Formats: sequence, structure tokens, C-alpha cells
Amino acid sequence: MFAQSQPIPRDIPLPLPLPEWFLISVLIISFLVHILFVNLMVGGTFLTLLLEIAGIKNPRYNKLAKAIEATVTVNKSLAIVAGVAPLLGINTVYTIYFYSANALTGYAWISVIPLVIIAFLLLYLHKYTWEKCENKKIFHISIISEAFLLFLFIPLIFLSNVNLMLFPEDWASVKGFFSTLLMGNVIPRYLHFLAGTLAVNGLFFFWYFGREKYSVEEHLPGFTKEELKKSAYKLTFYVTLSQLVFGTLNFFTLPWKAVNWTLAYVFITGIIIAAVAMFFIWQELKSGISGKRFTLVAILISVTVLFMGMGRHIYRSNAISPHKKLVEERTEEYQKCGLN
Amino acid sequence: MDFPIFHLDFFGDRLLIAVIAVIHVIINHGLAVGFLPLITLMEYRGYKATQNGFPEWEKWDKLAYKFMFVAFVITTTIGALTGVGIWFSAALISPASIGSLIRIFFLAWFIEWIIFMLEVIFIMIYFLTWKKSNKDLATKKKHIIAGAALSVFSWLTMAIIVGILGFMMNSGSWIEQKSLLTGFTNPMYLPQLAFRTPMAFVMAGSVAFFLTFLFLRNDFEFKKIVLKNIAYWMFIWTPHVFFAGIYYYSLIPDLMLTNLPVAVATQAFQQWYDSLLYYLIAAIIVSMISTIWFSLKPKRVPVFAAIIPILVIIITMGTFERIREFVRKPFVLEDYMYSNQLLLDDYKIFQNDGVLKHATYTSTPEVTKDNMLEAGKNVFDITCSRCHTHHNVNSVVRKFEKLFSPNGEPLDKQKMKDYIPVMHKGRYYMPPFPGNEKETEALVEYILSIQKTNVNIPGAQVNGVQISPLHKK
Repeated sequence: MFAQSQPIPRDIPLPLPLPEWFLISVLIISFLVHILFVNLMVGGTFLTLLLEIAGIKNPRYNKLAKAIEATVTVNKSLAIVAGVAPLLGINTVYTIYFYSANALTGYAWISVIPLVIIAFLLLYLHKYTWEKCENKKIFHISIISEAFLLFLFIPLIFLSNVNLMLFPEDWASVKGFFSTLLMGNVIPRYLHFLAGTLAVNGLFFFWYFGREKYSVEEHLPGFTKEELKKSAYKLTFYVTLSQLVFGTLNFFTLPWKAVNWTLAYVFITGIIIAAVAMFFIWQELKSGISGKRFTLVAILISVTVLFMGMGRHIYRSNAISPHKKLVEERTEEYQKCGLN
Repeated sequence: MDFPIFHLDFFGDRLLIAVIAVIHVIINHGLAVGFLPLITLMEYRGYKATQNGFPEWEKWDKLAYKFMFVAFVITTTIGALTGVGIWFSAALISPASIGSLIRIFFLAWFIEWIIFMLEVIFIMIYFLTWKKSNKDLATKKKHIIAGAALSVFSWLTMAIIVGILGFMMNSGSWIEQKSLLTGFTNPMYLPQLAFRTPMAFVMAGSVAFFLTFLFLRNDFEFKKIVLKNIAYWMFIWTPHVFFAGIYYYSLIPDLMLTNLPVAVATQAFQQWYDSLLYYLIAAIIVSMISTIWFSLKPKRVPVFAAIIPILVIIITMGTFERIREFVRKPFVLEDYMYSNQLLLDDYKIFQNDGVLKHATYTSTPEVTKDNMLEAGKNVFDITCSRCHTHHNVNSVVRKFEKLFSPNGEPLDKQKMKDYIPVMHKGRYYMPPFPGNEKETEALVEYILSIQKTNVNIPGAQVNGVQISPLHKK
């Protein structure tokens, strides 16, 4: 379907500022922190929207929507600030690959900036107009819906870029952003990300509403702490189960050029750890929520995420390595010719 | 030449970065670096009034909170995102230069990120805990300390970035030693920082004037007190802007002279250079007059009049940034890389072999009789398109028409061919043409062919790329 010849550009003739392993570690860890807050922002916006709609019939959900939204406006700022480090890391280590993908999807890439600004302003508008819009519910819901739609679209641009950078053999076939959506496995990765978003939110709100100093009776009349914790755990549990479908789909649609056994082992280990965490959640759901094992569950899920992040890097590294060698050869050859 | 070429053929590529960067600078200076200490001082003023038992403390506190609301919403949306936007747009338009800068200044950026993170955490603590902090004096005191810390972090982020901006103007001794420290301690660092700091305070003062008129429409007594206090602030910082501005202004010719023989100092530079002084003086005068007027006769000031000093300062700041960009030309990284993204060291090879031979993305690795126009288009993309469009902003066609056919008659091929190889001598801010003779000819043929067309030709973001047969596997 796509052209197979790949461009062999020269690399920037300056050394990496720090050892590559260190830069890659910064990239992997800071990306996971960034994506955690992105998950909380996107999923939190979705929950706010759902609960406000539910609030039309049952007003107690309005308060819950408001409480969740209060976390979204904080998490969105942390998502941005935490995003700078991985952006710096990927720019440094994968300069040729990342910038080439950016240029090929240029309009979409730069549109991230105004789209995120609009989404954030809509979030603030929504947050600060609950009272004023009490009798204009549809209008108020439409504000958060627009923010959510933007949040649904923007990850596609990022995914298209981080996917495209792995396949230099496809670069000559690209004609704008939309043509990249069917390359690699952008759509399965996107679905995997969306499901992960909800799972993370379940865990987060289990902790947030479950804190001792958070008085549910005071802030959210009509709810009990147990009820909220149970709903949050259920969300994490069922959505993580659905990852069996989305995650598997994601794995099997990865272009095989970079899949090896190491990658499979890393993913399988991550899945096993997640399964243990789900077992604990299931046990607590069955026997009545106590949250005693929450810390353990959170650690297990974090380790799973770390494994997934490592798997993601292994795939990237496998995909790019052969091409990277060719780039190094050409850069060296050119420098020799320059010196002569 | 090693990256697919993104190109905006209507606005021009430079304008994209310029618009994003100027919006960011205005918000960063006017609503963060300068504004946060002013808000903290206002809150402190209220705190002192409470301690002394004055009833107006609540008014100070409420007004400071409203100012903070404006600062919070704008800086955490447009401010933060335009900061990221500078990276995004630079990656599209100047990938080789931003890629090089990141390798030189990685640690500086990394430290700046940590400080930025602290700034964001503190801005949330400061704004979101404001109302709770009013419960007692001890909590209020802690809150004010958080405001002071936030102000320091905000200034520090600017102080780091200014090092990189200064480097782009004058790389100092980096060329010999190529280390972060020699890059960071470039000669333009401190003068720029000395200018930007009071400028940010004055911008913030003019924003505070405007917001005071907006938020305190009916409380004349209190409005008068607030305006007087902002006036003190302006009186303290405006002279600093003037002296630091003159100091910075006086350094520019030295900087230019290191690159540029006086005899070829261009009229364009002189115009920009002069305009900086005019705008600086205008900003000082407008700022002082409005300060006196607003504080003495607040009743007679319509709200829209309070926008004037903000606009004048923004224009001055824009001119300052424009001059900064002009001074670094023809380089994007002084003495290392030209604005066309090509390295100084590569020029010998390119002028001998041609740029096309070494370009990764070109449909024509060399110029032949049969591919003259296509090769010319490729040469344009590689060597001209970072600064020029075909027919719109900074159009290459209009530039040649201005020189050789002011009445729109067909351009003269020979004159253009003679001019391109020497244009750098007459217009120092243009990088030397990097191609060989055949490529000059192809470029001329291409420009002649498009003189009477009016088509926009976007870059790789629409048309994709073609890989040079010499550089694909």
C-alpha cells in the first residue's frame, strides 16, 4: 500500500547533551507522568459531562460533576507542565524522526496549540458559570461537550505523530494529517488510550473521594463515601477488563517489523501484574469496599503502566534502530567528505 | 534539507513563530513576571492594613484576588500554551536550529522545566487557596510567602530563557568551546535581562491601571488609593526601563559591527534601530503621563483610555523583539547556522556540489536542461522558503520586482543571475546563496516562471515529500 523506500537524512552534527540512556529514562518516566495527568484531564472532562447530563434528572449528580471538574482544571495545568519534559526528551533523542513527522502533519500539529487553548478556556468558562447557567442547562452542557470533543480529537494528532515517526518508509506516502491516520496502528492505540483514561480516573477518584479528610456528606450530599468508592472501583475494573480487547487489538495491529519476544514478554508481564491488581479490586467489590488494598492496587497498576511505557520504548527503538544506523553512516560519510 | 519542508505560502513561516512568540512574551511579562509580584504586594498591603486595624484590607484583598483571577486564567491557558507553541512552531519552521539549540541548552531547558513546574504548582496553590487563606493572619502570611515564591519562580523562568535568546544574537565564545556555560554567558545575556525585568514590571503596572478602572468603577475613594499605589510602582520602574533600554540600545551597533562592515550597514537596519529608540521614548512618555493623569484625576479617565499605555508598551516590546530578530541575521545561531538552516561550515561543499546533491528531500538531485523549473522550485524550498513566500508576505517575486522591474515588467534574467551570488554583500541580513551556478540559473528560471502567476504553493504538510534518489534505501 505504501512506498517502501526510506529517506536517509543526515543527523544534526552536535553530540547529545547527556548520555542517551539518561535522556531515554527522562523521556519514558516524564512521559508516563504527563500521560497520567492527560488521562485525568480527558477522563475527568468526560465524567463531568456525563454527570451533568445525569444531573438534569437527578440534581445530586450536579454536585459530583462540579467536584470532579474542580480536579480537571488543576490536572490540565499539570498535564501541560509535565508534557514539557517528554517533549524536550523526544526532541533531543529523536530529532530527525519527530520533526519529520511534525512537518508532514504540519497544519494539524500546530493546530494543537489553539485547540488546547480553546478547550482550556471552555473548561474555565464551564467551571465558573455553574450558578449563572442554572436555568440554561443545555447551554452549560454544550460548553463542556465542546471541550470534551476537542480533548477527544487532540490525542489523535499526537498519536499520528508518534506513530509516523517510527516508519520512515511511509514518509513519502504522506499527504497531510488525515492520510497518516491509517498508517501503523493509530486507531487501535487511540482506543487503548481512551479506555486507559477511564481506568486511571476510576483509581484516582477512589483515592480522591476516599480520603479521610474529604467529607462526602458535606461536599456531596446524597452520596456516601462507600457508594463513590464502589463506583470508582467498578469503573477501573470493567474498563481494564475491556483492555483485554483494546490492548490485544493494539498489540496485534502493531506493524510486525519491530515486534520481538522481548517486547512480548514485557507486555505479558505488565498484563499479569494488571490481572493481579484486578483480582484484588474484584475481591473488594465482592466483599464490600474497604480500600485496605488500595495502595497495593495503585502500585501494581503503576508498575503495569511502567511496563507498558517500557514496551512502548522497546517498540520505538526496534522500529527505528536499523534506520538510525543508516542515518549515522550517511552523517559520518558526509562529515568525512566535508573534511576532505 | 534533512527535514521535510513545512511552508506557509501566504503568511510566511516567520510570521507564525512571531505571532505565537509575541503573544507569549506579552503574557509572560505583563501578566506573570511583572504582575505576580505586584499582586503579592497588593495582598501584603491588605495584610498590613488588617494588622493595623484598617477596614480597607478586605477591599485590597478582593481587588488583588480579581487581578489574580485574570492572571491565572490567561497564563494557565494562552500563556502556557503559547510557550509550548514556540517549540511546536520552531520544530516546523526551523527544525535544524531548534534541534541544535536543544542539544546545546538541554540542561538549561531542563532546569527551566523544573522551575516552570514549581511556578505552575505555586500559581495553583496561590490562586486556589486564596479564599481559605483569609481565615486568620497566620494563614494569610503563609499565602503571601507563596505569592513571593511564585514571583521568584516566574522571574527565574524568564532569566533562563533570556540566556538562550541572547545566544542567538551573539554566541560569544561558544564557537571555540561549544559548552553550555560559554553559550549561556553570552555578551547579550545580562543587558537583555536588565531590560526585560523592569519592562515586565512596567507592563504589569499598566495592566493593573486598566484592571483597576475596570473593577472599581464606583468606589472612587478606594480607586484613588489603589491608583496612587500603582503610580508609585510605575515611578520606581519606568526610569529603570529607560536606562536599561538605552544601555541595550547602545550595545546593538557593537554587536552588529562584529558582523557587519559599517559601509554596508543597511537602511533597513538603521530604520529598525532608530524606531526602537523612538518607541522606547514614546513608551516612557506615555507611561509617565498616564501614571500622573490616572493617579491625580481618576474620575476623568474613561476605561478605554487606560488601554493606551498597555498598547504603547506592547508595541515597544514588539519592536524590541523585532530588533532582536533583525540583529541576529543573517544567522539563526550566530556564526554557526544561517537563517536558511544551513551551516556555515557546509557552504564550501554546497557552493561547489550544489545544495540539491546533498538534500534528502528533493525530486531533482541535480539540475539538468529538462528539469530546470522543478529543480528551481526545489532550490527555492531549500534556500529561500524559511523567510520568503512566492507571492505574499515577504514575497520573493516582489523583492526582485522592487529591484529590477518597479513597474511590473518581466524580470531580467541576467540581472538576477548576476545579483544572487553577491546579494549577501549588498544586503548583509540575507545569508549568502548556498547553491552553485546551475542552481542559481534554475532558481532564476523558476522565479521568472512564477512572476505572473499568483498561486500559493504550500509545503510538505500538504504536498508531502519526494526523496532524493541519492539518499534513499
